Amino acid sequence: MFKKQTIVIQDIIKLGLLAGLISLSMSVIGFIALLGERELIQNVISMGHVFLLAPPIALAYISAEKVLSQSKVKATLFGLLLGIITALPLVILVILASSFDIRQFLVNVSPELIELLTFGQGIFLGSVILLLVSGVAGLLAAGLRTLPDDFREPIITGLAWVFLFGLFSEILLGRLRSIFGRGLTKLIFSGKALNPLFTVFLFIVVAALRYWSKRRRLQAEERGESISPERQQRYQRIRIVLGVVTLLLMPLILGTYLSEVMNNVGLYILMGLGLNIVVGFAGLLDLGYVAFFAIGAYIMGILTSEGQLGLGFTFWTALPFTVIGSTLFGIILGIPVLRMRGDYLAIVTLGFGEIIRILALSDMLKPFIGGAQGVLQIPKPSIFGFDLVKPEYLYYIILIGVLLAWFISWRLRDSRLGRQWMAMREDEDVAEAMGINLVNTKLLAFATGAAFSGLSGGIFASKLTSIFPHSFNLIVSINVLSLIIVGGIGSLPGVVVGALILVGLPELLREFAEHRMLMYGALLIVMMLARPEGFWPSETIKRELHAHEELEMGSD
Amino acid sequence: MLRRLQDVNVLDLVLWVFRAVIIVIVVWGTIATLIENPYPAQTWTETIVAGIAQGSLYALIAIGYTLVYGVLFMINFAHGEFFMSGIMTATIFLAQPMSETGFLDNYPVLSLLLITIVTMTVSVAIALLTERVAYRPLRKAPRLVPLITAIGASFFWQYFFRGLYGSEVKPFPQLASLAGKVSLGGIVILKTHIVVIVAAILMLIGLYGFVMRTKTGKSIRAVAENKDVAALMGIDVDRAVSITFAVGASMAGIAGVLYAIVFRQVHFFMGFIPGIKAFTAAVLGGIGSIPGAALGGLFLGMFESVGPGLFLEGLGIPAPHQLKDVIAFTMLVLVLIFRPQGILGERLAEEKA
Repeated sequence: MFKKQTIVIQDIIKLGLLAGLISLSMSVIGFIALLGERELIQNVISMGHVFLLAPPIALAYISAEKVLSQSKVKATLFGLLLGIITALPLVILVILASSFDIRQFLVNVSPELIELLTFGQGIFLGSVILLLVSGVAGLLAAGLRTLPDDFREPIITGLAWVFLFGLFSEILLGRLRSIFGRGLTKLIFSGKALNPLFTVFLFIVVAALRYWSKRRRLQAEERGESISPERQQRYQRIRIVLGVVTLLLMPLILGTYLSEVMNNVGLYILMGLGLNIVVGFAGLLDLGYVAFFAIGAYIMGILTSEGQLGLGFTFWTALPFTVIGSTLFGIILGIPVLRMRGDYLAIVTLGFGEIIRILALSDMLKPFIGGAQGVLQIPKPSIFGFDLVKPEYLYYIILIGVLLAWFISWRLRDSRLGRQWMAMREDEDVAEAMGINLVNTKLLAFATGAAFSGLSGGIFASKLTSIFPHSFNLIVSINVLSLIIVGGIGSLPGVVVGALILVGLPELLREFAEHRMLMYGALLIVMMLARPEGFWPSETIKRELHAHEELEMGSD
Repeated sequence: MLRRLQDVNVLDLVLWVFRAVIIVIVVWGTIATLIENPYPAQTWTETIVAGIAQGSLYALIAIGYTLVYGVLFMINFAHGEFFMSGIMTATIFLAQPMSETGFLDNYPVLSLLLITIVTMTVSVAIALLTERVAYRPLRKAPRLVPLITAIGASFFWQYFFRGLYGSEVKPFPQLASLAGKVSLGGIVILKTHIVVIVAAILMLIGLYGFVMRTKTGKSIRAVAENKDVAALMGIDVDRAVSITFAVGASMAGIAGVLYAIVFRQVHFFMGFIPGIKAFTAAVLGGIGSIPGAALGGLFLGMFESVGPGLFLEGLGIPAPHQLKDVIAFTMLVLVLIFRPQGILGERLAEEKA
């Protein structure tokens, strides 16, 4: 649809209806009403309205780009039209909801939603306002696109900052209050929403800074200044030191709740690094990855539990067994699937994941691993008799695990084994013809992946102090797969980025947690359509994409 | 002799041991159960009929996997959601209000017809939308990519319908005329099971006729054979693929109605496990083959229903019915290891496996 060079009025109508349907879908599944409970800027706009208007704004902005060459006025008016058309399906919903009880069919079309859609002004007036607001939003978005770059970029940056501040207001509020006291937070926030005055202030400061820094950069470029390699190196070193210090001091800055969130993110990073080896490096799509997480957790649980099932190990003595045990299972479950590829491998590994979960749940193994009651009374790790109870302390154990896994992945990636994996990923037959032993290579990938996942599971068991089969369902596998795809398949920083986005964000934005799986699904599709290499693509893939440029540089 | 031994691969050996262990477990369990004989004959016949009914459902869903795999060589992970979406919508908008007004019991045939039409329409619409948005743009991409979008689509639809209709289990009203059992030649069978089996057989025969006899069916088979050549012969490939999805989804829709009649409840998660099982059935019968899907579904349903009682009961495993999914998935693994072409499949080459 966007590939055409020009856009006529029929396209605008289609785009408007598309945006309308997206907004309508978000409304009827309850997403908008849930977000409507949060005000972004006090008495001005709620999160619900922002997300309701996001589709027309985005599409108007994109479509204006195509019309721009024809006429700026036309582009802006098209934005207005698009916005108005977007509101039509919503108006129909409002009318339907007011004429009969639609809620018996669609549970989420609540009075709150209708009030949000009509701005609390009744059916008729509200519908008119909705049409107008949506139209104006489209108009402004299209109008923004017609502005010259010098003004457009600062405005977008300013709006983005305001949005982010509002989005994370709850978490910012908590941290700022505990660090600076109540006085400062009162200036910024009223309730959980942003103070209108502060919003204007923030917008102006950010936009001005952005404008100024861009001007400066341009001037510097005109003068032909550039940073010398030595200075670059020094910057690099400073950055690394800063990064390490931040990582070490993180729990102090973040406090208990955020440390707990970081711990969850860390466990997922650990799993993601493991799956990254299996899927990203070796190209074996494993959908039953949660099996090894479960096995690690159960080994740790049974070895250390102080309950009836336990064997009385400590965390540190049980840890090696956890890793070795899950590695062994990685090999055992790897052997049957050695000959399978692609889709078949995916579905069989999914089957393995389910088998492990059902066995854990079954009465057959209940005397050994507790069945549906799970394993209880797992002690937290301790060092020299000091129990690491608080999330802030556990953070360091997870950090060590992540760094270790990162180091191993990083060293393996460019090793002989890593290159074998990648050769196998590109083409198994060719790799075999080149003398790569597929059996060993595949089993090593499964084993390494399982080891990381088992380690993660072990720490998970000890962190939660009790484990149940329900914690190890397929959704965990899908989460891990999603996060490495979103971050960038085969990329180590990508795993971290993916885990922060997919695991960290929903924890911070509780409104999103409710619709988390829906967004994962949509995100997987959108990523594959728009940016299959992920947010932080791996070096190899980047290099492949820019291969011709490097060739030109080499010939100089 | 020594030469032969050297040729035997370690991997093959391990796989043979694996197969032998499974066979020993199955044979041992069966003999032990038969000696113990814990159930009367009536229970066995009921289990077998229930297995056939369940297998018919799997067969209907498996058709969708087989057709799509035949045409695009991809596992349409979201197929279970096509199955779920139609019947969920029909239950909420039709079956429940009709049951409240008494329409359902007064005109059972008309109601069922209406429910089936709505179900099929919604399933087909969802399937066409998914194909258009998530699969068509990626037809030339590496095979991992559409598989990932399929997984995404599956979860997207599950949670979309959860948001739409709520997360609780929805009761599907019981039809008074389908309650109870009848005796057929001395065997007592649930009426709903008869409906399921008969409907499934009719649908499968109709589908086979459609694919084999009609011109549209011919175009689907041509596209499955070779997309490029089919395009050169003047076949609209995009249209053929869309029709394939629509046919598969309408079969899944009917399976949804039958599922609701038997189990009398619907749920947003109901499509996932039957979807995977149906895929297993398709693989078991030989993916790409319609009679294979039917046969595979039947086998899988039977194994699942009879298996826990027959194989596991004798081994002294408590509550063996909890493990019926384990049996299904183990069968999938066994089939893929030892006969990846399935029971009826013949042309599944290495490249597709």
